[in-house]
Amino acid sequence: MSTRLNSGGRLLDKARPVPFSFNGNTFSGFAGDTLASALLANDQLLVGRSFKYHRPRGVVASGVEEPNGLVNMGEGASFEPNQRITTTELFDGLKAESQNHWPSLEFDVGAINSKLARFLPAGFYYKMFMYPRAFWKHVYEPFIRQSAGLGKAPTETDGDSYEHFYHFCDLLIIGGGVAGLQAARTAAKSGARVTVLEQTAHWGGRAVVDGGAVDGQPVTEYVDGLVAELGAMENVTLRTRTMGAGVYDHGYVLGYENLRDHTPDAPGPRHRLWRIRAGHVITATGAIERPLSFAGNDVPGVLLASAIRDYAVNYGVSVGKRTVVVTNNDDGYRTALALLEAGQSVPAILDARDDVEGSSLARRASDSGITVIPGHAVAKVKGGKRVEGVSVCRQNGSGDVVQEIACEAIAMSGGWSPVVHLWSHCGGKLTWDAEQACFRPDPERAPTGDAGQSFVTVAGAANGNFELADILEDADAAARTAAKAIGHTIRKSKSPKAEREEVAPLAPVWLMPANAGIELRSKAWLDYQNDVKVSDIQLAAQEGFESVEHAKRYTTLGMATDQGKLSNINGLAILSDALDRPIPQTGTTTFRPPYTPISMGAIGGEARGDVFQPLRRTPMHDWHDDHGADWEPVGHWRRPYAFVRDGERVKDAVYREVSNTRENLGLLDASTLGKLIVKGPDAPKFLDMMYTNMMSTLKPGKCRYGLMCSENGFLIDDGVVARIDEDTFLCHTTTGGAERIHQHMEEWLQTEWWDWQVYVANVTEQYAQVAVVGPNARKVLEKLGGMDVSKEALGFMEWADGEIGGFKARVYRISFSGELSYEIAVDAGHGLAFWEALMDAGKEFGVMPYGTECLHIMRAEKGFIMIGDETDGTVIPQDLGLSWAISKKKEDFLGKRAQERRHMADPKRWKLVGLETLSGAVIPDGAYAIGSGKNANGQKNVIGRVTSTYYSPTLDMGIAMGLVLEGPDRMGEVIEFPGTEGATFKARIVDPVFYDREGEKQNV
Amino acid sequence: MLILTCPVCGVTAEETEFHGGGEAHLKRHGPGSSDENFEEYLFMRENPRGVHFERWRHVYGCGKWFHAARCTTTLEVFGTYPAQTYEPPKDLLAKISKKRPGWAWRDLA
Repeated sequence: MSTRLNSGGRLLDKARPVPFSFNGNTFSGFAGDTLASALLANDQLLVGRSFKYHRPRGVVASGVEEPNGLVNMGEGASFEPNQRITTTELFDGLKAESQNHWPSLEFDVGAINSKLARFLPAGFYYKMFMYPRAFWKHVYEPFIRQSAGLGKAPTETDGDSYEHFYHFCDLLIIGGGVAGLQAARTAAKSGARVTVLEQTAHWGGRAVVDGGAVDGQPVTEYVDGLVAELGAMENVTLRTRTMGAGVYDHGYVLGYENLRDHTPDAPGPRHRLWRIRAGHVITATGAIERPLSFAGNDVPGVLLASAIRDYAVNYGVSVGKRTVVVTNNDDGYRTALALLEAGQSVPAILDARDDVEGSSLARRASDSGITVIPGHAVAKVKGGKRVEGVSVCRQNGSGDVVQEIACEAIAMSGGWSPVVHLWSHCGGKLTWDAEQACFRPDPERAPTGDAGQSFVTVAGAANGNFELADILEDADAAARTAAKAIGHTIRKSKSPKAEREEVAPLAPVWLMPANAGIELRSKAWLDYQNDVKVSDIQLAAQEGFESVEHAKRYTTLGMATDQGKLSNINGLAILSDALDRPIPQTGTTTFRPPYTPISMGAIGGEARGDVFQPLRRTPMHDWHDDHGADWEPVGHWRRPYAFVRDGERVKDAVYREVSNTRENLGLLDASTLGKLIVKGPDAPKFLDMMYTNMMSTLKPGKCRYGLMCSENGFLIDDGVVARIDEDTFLCHTTTGGAERIHQHMEEWLQTEWWDWQVYVANVTEQYAQVAVVGPNARKVLEKLGGMDVSKEALGFMEWADGEIGGFKARVYRISFSGELSYEIAVDAGHGLAFWEALMDAGKEFGVMPYGTECLHIMRAEKGFIMIGDETDGTVIPQDLGLSWAISKKKEDFLGKRAQERRHMADPKRWKLVGLETLSGAVIPDGAYAIGSGKNANGQKNVIGRVTSTYYSPTLDMGIAMGLVLEGPDRMGEVIEFPGTEGATFKARIVDPVFYDREGEKQNV
Repeated sequence: MLILTCPVCGVTAEETEFHGGGEAHLKRHGPGSSDENFEEYLFMRENPRGVHFERWRHVYGCGKWFHAARCTTTLEVFGTYPAQTYEPPKDLLAKISKKRPGWAWRDLA
């Protein structure tokens, strides 16, 4: 059983017991434990069920590479799935539940999948779930949903807060192990601003566990000295619990700081995302031990050798009283020695190498009385929910058992893989180190910065140096390289020296035993989290998935939340072997950030809720809010959809507003409409290019409705243009279009016609604009008095400057409703007062404010198009019956040439018509009209679609506009629009103008 | 995230301060142009592995458009220059030739 030892536990505070719960059971650990070490101390070996076969799984690792120990953490607003127990620091009251089991962790029904494993091979989903089609919905999908998926989705809004943090430094060092700290000290002496990030809560990395001496001093003391020295330097920033998550273009790095996952009751943000711009980056990210692929290597109690060492030294935890070590390199012996020192027994070390003569560690193990068995391997692990023993065989055989050894734990070491992720994120290339059987960074092909310079240097174990002496030397050299790159010099000084072990070379072992049969291979796990076995990769290769990227996706190797930290190299070695080609030729899959999963909250930072994005408010916004505005987002603006009275439904408010505006007087806050001033001697010429209409002939004092197209010919915006004087125009755009059209104009002025003398200014927010609409519109303005607004003085489509009710105003006689209408612009600062004056004066004329839905209905009744309803980026003005607004005289305008293209001039293009339902019902928005016959796919032919559809209170019937094949030539015809659930809407094709076809009401 | 220098206002800033605008030095073909020329202008774009000329706008700064010569594989920025020109500056072309001997992009080399 796994237990707490009396000795060891350098990270623990044994005076502070910490209670916590796992699957409802209460346990106790110590301050300084991780959830994993605390569970092991309580003999909770089983921590989860595997993804596909629901096999019992235990902890394998001690750090970020852990594939099995994922739990649901917390409750309610702090609930989070897939939390890794090896990196979760224990705190008082921690609550965790294991995942992917049903009904319980101990007894799981899905484990039957394990018995069916030979029916669930690689690519199973692709192969089996093709046919029959009906099975998809009723059999396969429910099955997959029930059995797959890691963790539960949170049901409540995240109750924590998060923040972003900007940071700039000359040199960023990722990794606070002995290499990172040593590099920091060397570099910091140059005066450069140095920042060191360490993902765990502790400095020193592996060195402080593995031991050794530096310049005669124990390495733990040496590390303490480095940290103290760096902490006292003003140009150095040190951060623990902060992971270097990703390295991006030109020295941009994301750091992920965990502020209070370990102290949930502390105030402040939970996570902090560091957005760092560094002059140079050193990745001192260490290395990760590889598992060995033998049958039953996933049985709880089989751990990485380094993890067993970590648990013993850091946490005073023994995974089992008797531990068999299986290795292909010297490092495994460190675990055996550490276990002996902790008073545990090591019945044997199985070393896959035939010759271990040259190894000083192996000699020390033999001298300590441990049985070292060279040339041997694990044939099979005995036990189900925990290790009971191991069958031993020759490595160079097919698994004939030569002896059996009873044990409670197995420590496996397949060699070390440098953590090259951060080096690789931004294009750093790798080279294959055949001697150590690992990929390491190729310094000749580093990530490059803005001037083409290398901006990442790698140091220590991440660079393929696994001996303390080499690591320190390499870190010193990396610091010098980095300092030089950022223009700093370091005076010559002596590098620290460490003792050297005599090392026997590693033997690459990708399968144990080498000639294992299918029985063993299909129980030898590569990817624990996604349940991928050696046999799966071999099958993928056999079926033609030869590219490593294809094999990955076919088998899902390395696609789980651990992103293959343990499985990638083993998997591609198996693939290479199956394809009989060298490993470097197979290559690795792509390393993408983040290095380990980071919280969505940290990515969002402060940008949530009210501060998600800036809100634009018109000067009358608060008045609307006080008068029942039902808000609708329009771009970054909020506009009242309707002004709802007490006891009224929203749609009743809309219909009331329509009727009242048509019969009496309505006010619309039109301040959000875009207003662009276009000014200069070449302004007329410029607007002739921007609009399809002729704008240069517009007289000062007049208005004209204009259309704007992209160079592709598609309609992008519309609005009324007023000519202010000879070289000044005011162009109205749609609410959402102001910034976009401003930029559109700037782009053409700056990049095509840069010699034209024109300035464009966006004055949208300088003015408050009110549409005064309805038969009583003139009366209210005359009551307020100031300027002549009679038909004679200010005709339809004219504008004038003047005064109304004491407010300096510019009045446009334009109408988007078909009623008598004035759009009046006043200085933004007077907007609210002007609005209130109109409301006050309008009382006797039946004034009511109206919102955007009333506006939409009124414009639809008049057959006016709306950008974004009738247009979708594929519609040209000719489709909408707007040919009258396209100048035939102009030689050129944006979109003209494109509209001559064959497809654009095709008479079969769908064209705008009105649609009147026979029953008076409202057709669903976006409904498609079906014609006769079927298309090549056997679907009914589609001959049109609805673009706008409303109930018209004025006409008391459903009205719609739509684009229909040969529509304008089919007036009076009835076409069919299938709705949902079998309903069909029959509609007659009519003129899109439903109301006041002659325009008598607006022109009075 | 790239670092770019706006040649108009001189500010060196993060990519988020700018907005990319596609390929630089396109020649506009309007009414009267052949289908081939218009197709080339409207749709055909270079997608090189290596030296590329792009348009950028300093949208959260001075608002001006400019051009950048950049390597699409190494992300090296060879230089930036104002958009009011039909071709890149000679000294920039010389600099690229020195760093990437034998490069070619449309009619440039």
